[in-house]
Amino acid sequence: MKKILSMLLSLTLLAGFIFAGDITMSGSTTVFPIAQLAAERYMDKHPDVNISVRGGGSGVGISDIILGRVNIGNASRQIKNKETKQAKENGINVVETVVANDGIAIVVNPSNGINKLTLEQVKKIFAGEVSNWKQLGGASMPIVVISRDVSSGTFEVFKELVLKGGKVREDALLLASNNAVASNVAETPGAIGYVGFGFLSDKVKALEIEGVVPNEKTVNDGTYKISRKLYMYTNGAPKGEIKAFIDYILSSEGQEIVKETGYIPLK
Amino acid sequence: MKTKEFLFKYITLAAASLSILFLMGIILSIFKEGLPLFNDINFSDFIFGRKWHPTDEPADLGIFPLISGSIFVTLGALLVGVPLGVGSAIYLSEIASTNVREALKPFIEILAGIPSVIYGLFGMAVLAPLVRKLFNVPTGLNLFSASIILGIMIIPIISSLSEDALSAVSKELREASLALGANRIETIFKVVLPAASSGVISSIILGFGRAIGETMVVLMVSGGAAMLPKSIFSPVRPMTSAIASEMGEAVNGSQHFQALYGIAIVLFLITFLSSLLMQWFAGRENRE
Repeated sequence: MKKILSMLLSLTLLAGFIFAGDITMSGSTTVFPIAQLAAERYMDKHPDVNISVRGGGSGVGISDIILGRVNIGNASRQIKNKETKQAKENGINVVETVVANDGIAIVVNPSNGINKLTLEQVKKIFAGEVSNWKQLGGASMPIVVISRDVSSGTFEVFKELVLKGGKVREDALLLASNNAVASNVAETPGAIGYVGFGFLSDKVKALEIEGVVPNEKTVNDGTYKISRKLYMYTNGAPKGEIKAFIDYILSSEGQEIVKETGYIPLK
Repeated sequence: MKTKEFLFKYITLAAASLSILFLMGIILSIFKEGLPLFNDINFSDFIFGRKWHPTDEPADLGIFPLISGSIFVTLGALLVGVPLGVGSAIYLSEIASTNVREALKPFIEILAGIPSVIYGLFGMAVLAPLVRKLFNVPTGLNLFSASIILGIMIIPIISSLSEDALSAVSKELREASLALGANRIETIFKVVLPAASSGVISSIILGFGRAIGETMVVLMVSGGAAMLPKSIFSPVRPMTSAIASEMGEAVNGSQHFQALYGIAIVLFLITFLSSLLMQWFAGRENRE
């Protein structure tokens, strides 16, 4: 009963009073699971603190911090020079804190016979140069390319590391979150998409890239190439409650949450 | 007493004028934010440009794929919603007994009250996988699925307004037609429907406006690819879903931000024209 009540309460808080909390954060859907779980645990320990977490994508988190709309902007990519400049013009001094490491896994439907691809093949698939799994030695089935909206940090990193700046084929599905990509790949036999490690499950198959299995070890030793850091951005160095919360995420307990949600703790 | 009435009159007047104020405020703000875009790129490149890559350097800001996404999804919705909506209106007003009518109407009204995000969920979780399997297409998140969901959404609008229009046709007209030897179906299609055409057409235009402005459903079901649809099973990115999914990250005053407001202007003009058209049809009914 108490649990239901507190759930209801937190739902109303989320729905009605997004800005009423003591700490507000928004942005990356990759960072979201870490931020959400850390916020819940932190609030259990400090019942007087309210933390609200929204998604939206890294672009949203960074633009919210530039415009002073939140206390913490979550991002799965680094802030761009252009954005730092915009922040300065608004009188905001963006400070970066790395909270976790992550890899981007290339995922396909579990029914797909393909288990490994090279970076070049992935690039060709997303660019539209290869459009049937048959061309890669799989079953004859059109490839459904699933990508992310332009506000996604995962998309930006993927574009830089895999597409080398190239464009995604124009009929690719553009979905709004990691979760939407994972569930669509799980439902669509011919699909290929990319998600942060936190969204891997047995419903999707993560491919070996250049013969390397995506996991914590291969990201840490640098053999899995599609990896990045996860960030929290603040206006100025974090102070007070915001500092306490970020320190909590960086603590061994917080890094345990990073691990629990499927990401890679900082060493 | 007199001062009370006087006060009441002006308080209600203020309430009524507020909507004009809000309308003006909305129009002013979308034009103020959107128009500066056309200092940098020309209007016809914006409307007819085939590529929408708003965050590339340099950005491609052509919204033709988005406009066509909206138009095709809406036309598809009308193909679904008009026959079902007008059909149910004919049944309720002309054929059903009072009991049946009273039993059916609440269901149509409930359909009207379902939040669009629930339609979206239904489309994403139930309809899209079904469409993919049934038609053996690569993905169920496409123009076709979005049209069906939007079509179902506009049924209550078309049905209830058409029914009002049909019920308003005078009894004498029906009786005269039957007395001349026309049967019931002939009476419905050759006498009652034409007499109610203005009302039926305005209900369809209202349905059009609802469908083209709907955001959540298309965001969840249409697939989001900014391309000219190649078939009814292509994923599309209607204007509303581009605004909704990209506005959050576009920084105030950036070109991307202005372009999204530019889309809002186009969308506003389309819905504005459709409501003018509707008022004209509704007015025609009164004049007749």
